[in-house]
Amino acid sequence: MIQLVLEQALNGLQFGLMLFLLAAGLTLVFGIMDCINLAHGSLYMVGAYFVAAAAQAADSFWIGLGAGVAGAAVLGLLLELSLFRQLYKRDHLSQVLATFALILIANEAVRMIWGPQPLMLNPPESLSGPVEIAGFFYPAYRLVIIAFGLAVAGLLYLLVAKSRIGMWVRAGASNREMTEALGINVQGLFTAVFVFGAALCALAGGLLGPLLAVQVGMGESVLILAFVVIIIGGIGSIRGALVGSLIVGTVDTLGRALLPTLLRALLPADAASTLGPALASILIYLLMAGILFFKPQGLFPARA
Amino acid sequence: MSLRLTALAAALMLAGSAHAADHIKVGLVSTLSGPGAGLGVDIRDGFSLAMKHLNGKLGNLPAEVLIADDQQNPDIAKQTADKFLKKDKVDFMTGIVFSNIMLAVGPTVFENKTFYISANAGPSQYAGEQCNPFFFNVAWQNDNLHEAVGKVVQDKGYKNVVIVTPNYPGGKDAVSGFKRYYKGKVADEIYTKLGQLDYAAELAQIRATKPDALFFFLPGGMGINFVKQFVAAGLSRDTQLFAPGFSADEDVIKAVGSSMMGMFNSSHWAHDMDNAENKRFVADFQKEYGRLPSLYASQGYDAALMMDAAVRDVKGKVEDKAALQKALEAKRFKSVRGDFKFNTNHYPVQNYYLRAIGKDAQGRVTNKTMGTIFTNHADAYVASCKMK
Repeated sequence: MIQLVLEQALNGLQFGLMLFLLAAGLTLVFGIMDCINLAHGSLYMVGAYFVAAAAQAADSFWIGLGAGVAGAAVLGLLLELSLFRQLYKRDHLSQVLATFALILIANEAVRMIWGPQPLMLNPPESLSGPVEIAGFFYPAYRLVIIAFGLAVAGLLYLLVAKSRIGMWVRAGASNREMTEALGINVQGLFTAVFVFGAALCALAGGLLGPLLAVQVGMGESVLILAFVVIIIGGIGSIRGALVGSLIVGTVDTLGRALLPTLLRALLPADAASTLGPALASILIYLLMAGILFFKPQGLFPARA
Repeated sequence: MSLRLTALAAALMLAGSAHAADHIKVGLVSTLSGPGAGLGVDIRDGFSLAMKHLNGKLGNLPAEVLIADDQQNPDIAKQTADKFLKKDKVDFMTGIVFSNIMLAVGPTVFENKTFYISANAGPSQYAGEQCNPFFFNVAWQNDNLHEAVGKVVQDKGYKNVVIVTPNYPGGKDAVSGFKRYYKGKVADEIYTKLGQLDYAAELAQIRATKPDALFFFLPGGMGINFVKQFVAAGLSRDTQLFAPGFSADEDVIKAVGSSMMGMFNSSHWAHDMDNAENKRFVADFQKEYGRLPSLYASQGYDAALMMDAAVRDVKGKVEDKAALQKALEAKRFKSVRGDFKFNTNHYPVQNYYLRAIGKDAQGRVTNKTMGTIFTNHADAYVASCKMK
């Protein structure tokens, strides 16, 4: 029983940290530049395709991951310079329309380049088996994902809370004119944040590729989860994104694992088997509604 | 002289209520993108190979095959089927992979009095109370392959089994089929979301349950990910995997590789079956597409042969629905699976075989037929079908 809880906690952690990679970029762009980027999921998809294509070409997962992340960063740079820079000053409706169009364009472009069937991305051979921890086996590759997620979370914390660049970003977000008057290039700063967000998307896409499938439309479902995360955590807050991701990851994993069993103890088997999975899939939305009821600004509002 | 005869013949044909069509149109709606795409692509390629063998003709008439992707979405499938039926006025429909999509599209096709030849989806609904003269399944009823696995698991003496299946009509059929022949303890029934790709939570649950065997039905990309993650989690050491042929055919083997060796599965067809039609089909499929065919490909191939034989039987008079139905029921084509016949509910009565994954003579990891599980096996729903 302890093993089961431990293993599910690791699963929740792994899922949560991957959500965090996505939510971190989304919450910075949304909270600091006040720009709703629906195409964030498309960057995740395109990043995963870059990684898969590069990994196939180089016949190495790690080279593919590096090249894919770099490629997505370049794409993010081009997008920011050509499109998003025009959108910051517009209202949210224009941003939603423009970035929704971007989703459609990205999906069709990927379909044209790589075809409608999913690409296969395999983890490195050395990580494809299980490792033994505390008396049970856990997939080595998932542990690597957890390590990546923790490293990125630590790096982001240092960058945003402790570094000068982080200070500029926070200053630019709270009062853009004043920051510019102090001689800081806010426009360049925003570009850097956007590119960083795109690179994190590709990192998540590439790492999750071997566990899921690299396919058209993979960004949309995960985008919804990322939005849930930043709404729970508080828009614009990296700390909120981390806590929100871990809550959503754990609740989703535990809900899927425990709810059907729990319901089976209370209800007839037939009803439980129908209700269990359905309830598990809406659990995080119930959670979001609950949190918004008590804390409408999210758990860690950026501008309190 | 000949001109006058032709004119006379044409006039006669017009006068008759059932005149022969000058060409046959087939609407093939299938899942060609997303995680389920491997299944639809194989059905399409099997069907196309049959059309090539038939020189592009069905029953000696030039044939046109319209192909569309349903994106594994019932709404899109329904819209496409509507277009095929109303605008293109197709004579046959086929291709749907998933039972939930079949159940969504079925009523439209039947209302339009168009024959649907299912090359895959065989929902229990259409085998029993909702059976329909316009629905034929050339493959199997959903339960059948699972029943066969249930029998094998029972006979091999496993006592503690966990079942994993998606929460949709095909998944429900899988569980009832398996349990019809497996009488031991079911430690857990796990229902996942259709299209789910990450099974971490389910695998932890399975580890805690410690079953001696695991039966899973996860078609397409779902099964590929499940087996990979099952092996990566180290569960294959204590638990024997069993699956219907859907989760252990060429598409899954190609993606997962040698860690599937030793896995048992059931099928009504195998690429090593020894008959002339199958040998030609398997050889030409490899020549054409550079891979071994899966059972889905064999089903697509048979669907085309079935249409061909029936159109030839009614001499191209596809307007005469009653005659066409009789011709389809008569089943006058040679299937690549060997002999079978249609039951009164238009589902096959046929043999089911045990296959095991291993290395063949050329060193490829693939399925090998081990023996027969059921002989002339019918589905469990036929009694409640009152075919009108």
